[in-house]
Amino acid sequence: MLEKPPLPHVRLTRAVEFSTSLRYCNPDLSEAENRVRFGRKASHHGHNYRLEVTLSGEPDATTGMVIDLKDLQDVIDREVMTRFDHRDLNRDTPYFEKEPPTPENLARVIDRVLRAALPSGLYHGIRLYEDADTFVEVTASPAEHAT
Amino acid sequence: MIALTRRYRFPAAHVLSHPALSVADNARIYGKCANPAGHGHDYGLEVTVAGEIDPATGQIIERERLDALVAQRVLDRFGHCLLNDDPAFASRVPTAENIALAIEALLGPAVASQPGARLLRVRLEETRKNSFETGEPR
Repeated sequence: MLEKPPLPHVRLTRAVEFSTSLRYCNPDLSEAENRVRFGRKASHHGHNYRLEVTLSGEPDATTGMVIDLKDLQDVIDREVMTRFDHRDLNRDTPYFEKEPPTPENLARVIDRVLRAALPSGLYHGIRLYEDADTFVEVTASPAEHAT
Repeated sequence: MIALTRRYRFPAAHVLSHPALSVADNARIYGKCANPAGHGHDYGLEVTVAGEIDPATGQIIERERLDALVAQRVLDRFGHCLLNDDPAFASRVPTAENIALAIEALLGPAVASQPGARLLRVRLEETRKNSFETGEPR
């Protein structure tokens, strides 16, 4: 009996775009102190974010797919788009009452909700573009896998 | 692991030729890039910094701080100049590979001097068709 050789892993990435408004604000600081710390970002403004979600896995022997992209899009719609698209990050979401909605903090929230919603063996990480010149990536490091 | 990337650009000239090689050998190895009069590119540069998020600022490294470091160490130094004249390329041909490594060497200690931050990766786009990465892959 011949053993089937393991198929190589493939990384696939699905991208979406969403638009939000936000302001950087630490509630323990005064308006003036927030302005000193965060500058113009303490004012109400907005961004068109681009989110890339990457999964890594073995293509299914029958379908040839790592995941059905429709299923992946459904998860992204439910976990990310309904939460954030055309919302205000400070007023319409519970994540930024204590910490400012920097791309780092927003990426950490998105990583957390997607990691919980996607098959754990497949989720690789995200890239969140705040604009064409700034992005944050979150991936599971080998040490984090071990814990 | 969480990391922040910022994109920059700088225009610079270079000549690809090794001083120890003959004109004919340089022309054979580097082709039109060996033109002794020089040529240039709008280099695109991505600098990736990994670390912990500072709870006070919500950032791995403050944008203004990173932008200033990159401007002082790289953009002001290499932008609008002939790279062959720079001491970083006194004994190395300023190929995009060597430019990326030089930038990594210039930025690594500067980034590491910021609390909780380390330079994870440098990516240099020489043209829209050629790019070069040092450090950890994505």
